[in-house]
Formats: sequence, C-alpha cells, structure tokens
Amino acid sequence: MSKPVVATTSLAGCFGCHMSLLDIDEKILDLIELVEFNKSPIDDIKEFTKPCDIGLIEGGVCNSENAHVLKDFRKNCKILVSVGECAIMGGLPALRNGIPVKECIAEAYLGVPSVENNKEGILPNDDELPMITDRVYPCHEVVKIDYYLPGCPPRAELIWEAVAALVTGNEMKLPYEVVKFD
Amino acid sequence: MSEKVKFTIDGKECVAERGQNLVDAAADNGVYIPSLCHLRDVIPAGSCRICNIKNAGRIMTACTTPVEQGMEIENDISELNDMRKAIVEMLFVEGNHFCPACEKSGNCELQALAYRFQMMVPRYPYEFPIKTPDTQDSRLWIERNRCIKCKRCIRTIKTEDGKNIFAFQERGHKVEINIDHELAAGLSEEKIQEATDNCPVGSILKKGTGFSQPIGTRRFDKEAIGSDIEKVV
Repeated sequence: MSKPVVATTSLAGCFGCHMSLLDIDEKILDLIELVEFNKSPIDDIKEFTKPCDIGLIEGGVCNSENAHVLKDFRKNCKILVSVGECAIMGGLPALRNGIPVKECIAEAYLGVPSVENNKEGILPNDDELPMITDRVYPCHEVVKIDYYLPGCPPRAELIWEAVAALVTGNEMKLPYEVVKFD
Repeated sequence: MSEKVKFTIDGKECVAERGQNLVDAAADNGVYIPSLCHLRDVIPAGSCRICNIKNAGRIMTACTTPVEQGMEIENDISELNDMRKAIVEMLFVEGNHFCPACEKSGNCELQALAYRFQMMVPRYPYEFPIKTPDTQDSRLWIERNRCIKCKRCIRTIKTEDGKNIFAFQERGHKVEINIDHELAAGLSEEKIQEATDNCPVGSILKKGTGFSQPIGTRRFDKEAIGSDIEKVV
C-alpha cells in the first residue's frame, strides 16, 4: 500500500511553523517512514504532482498569490489543516488590518528612514507582483479548513500528534501544556 | 449572624454561608465555576456571563446568585460548557487578541479559559475592530484592542477618597474603557500593580514590565485555570 501523501506551504507566515515541524527530533525518521511529501518547501517540490491526503497550511492570506496557493491546496488535498496562529486568525501580519493598504505601502516604500533612493515616490505596481489584499484573512475565511492547530508556533508534539493521528486513525492526545496560543 | 446552608453542585454536597455568591461558595467547596469578570470580595457585576449555571432548570449567572438552603446547581455540563466556550470565542473575535504578541499571554484569564475549553478556532468570523490604545500615561498603558469590558478596573481601582480612575465612555458596541490621567497620576505604585493584576486580559498594563516571565513559568502555562480550586478539599 502506498504511503499517505503530505503537502505543506507557508503563506503569510514566517516559516516558524515549518521549523516546529522539523523540531520533532528523531521522530522525523518515523515521519518519513509514515508519509511521503509532495509539494512542500521541505523537499522543494514546487507544484502538485499527485493528489495529496493532508495539506498543512502555515500563515494567513495577505495577497492574491496566497489565495491562489490556498485554493490550489484545497483542490489537491483531502484534508486541510490550519497550522499556527497566522493561518487561524491572521497572526502578526493581521496587525495591519484596520490600516488602509495605501498607508501600509506608503509606510514601507516612502516613509521609512531606510528608503533613500525613491525620490520619485515609486510604489510597486507591476502585473507580475501579487496584489495585496485589503486585510489579512484567516485561511478558513477563504477555503474550508478541516482542522486547526493553534500556537506560535504550534508545539512540535502537537503537529506530530496531529499528523500521526490523521495517518493512523488513532485518537489524538491533547495534553494541557501542548495547546497554547503563543 | 451568619447561617450555614447546604446545597449541591452537580450532586456534590456543599456548605456555605447563606447569601454568599455562588462562585465564591463553590470555590470554598473545591468546585470551580468558570468566571471571567468576577473577583473575590468585590461586588459582582454579572457582565461576562461565563459563570452561567443552571438553578432549578433556569440559566443564571453564579456570581450574582446568593446561596440558599437546598439549591441543586448544575455546573459542569456540556450545555453550559459549550455556552461558556461560545462566549469566550465571541470575546476573541470582538477584540484584537494577538496572543503571540501580548504581554499578558500565559497570565491571561481569557486565554486560560480558551485553553480550558480547548478552543482551537472561534466559531464566529473575526471582526478586527479599529481601536485606539491610550499610551499617554507615564506608568499605565490602556490597550483597548484587548479590553473585554469586565469593569474590574472600574470596580476596584479608586483614589484614596473613593473617586473612580477608570470609566466607560460611549455606549453599546462602541463602549470603551477610559482613564482619568490626572487622578491616575496620584496612584501609588501598589495600586498601579493592582490595576494591572486585576485586568483579566492585557488591556491595563504597567509600563516597562512586559515579557518579564519566561514561557513555561507563567500562571497558566502548565496548570489550567481553576485547577487550584479543584485541588483543594
């Protein structure tokens, strides 16, 4: 029987959740016995090459590319999991929610002291660049999400337990210390 | 003269003084009734509704219910716990609760209730309301993004001659906490600390003291809220 296939991505995240996934120590050897990775920064597969069983999503949706990738994950994965505070509620990127996008862009490209050579006041506006969304969206406000793993990042044990439970069908252990929002 | 009365919570026999509020009476008997706006020895406000219990089939707030002889209270039942969890979730979406960036994280009672009820994601859509913090005081920081309107600060922090330091302004969903800067300037350091400690969330903070406790040593890192009460007896 072929192994269950896992895909992962980082949208508007910091890769901390991926680091936490790698933080399962020697259990990483069990993990690669248990599952096969497809599209993921871990193996650098850029596009889906087959249907996947589990998609782990880090980060919320802050631009059109994030929304495109998230919808692509929904299409190709049977189960989608929001991993971490940013995927669940927007996280730190969502601190900009409530501030108009124009103000955010102006702050980054015109206002900051480190910008010295933008005398014409050019703002990034190329068709190739993803459009910034009006605010940062939690993943479940864009596509259906099946499970949520809170934390910043979610504790390595939590991610491991969740993936193992999904793959084996065993009940998940949720000790008090493991489910935290920071 | 105080009179002792007998009552039950989820079938457990309890004894308390007649008229004592149910949250404190339960705690004295080793039963935790989850609550958020209530503080022991402070006149209850009954504003958060987390402490909802069932008395004779009716749902009411335990903090504003005086104990009477023969009461049969339902507390730890799925109907009430789901209602409490729903209120916690509502509070999370109504404010801007960025736990990873909050000074109170780990010591926050709202967060601790979410842990206790295993909230993985709120069932309601996030509002991301626009709130303006008040940072002009030299010692206190009023972070309105996190305020849950429990009125603990209004009820407990006063000047020596009994004047309020904190008050609500506006009405309805626009209501927000405000501080009288002139009166606050006269507060002792102990009162400043008390205002910070009494705030269940990270809305009133003593400046210059954030993130002083390492993760793992904070109040709710290892022990669920209410477990100290349940351990007694």
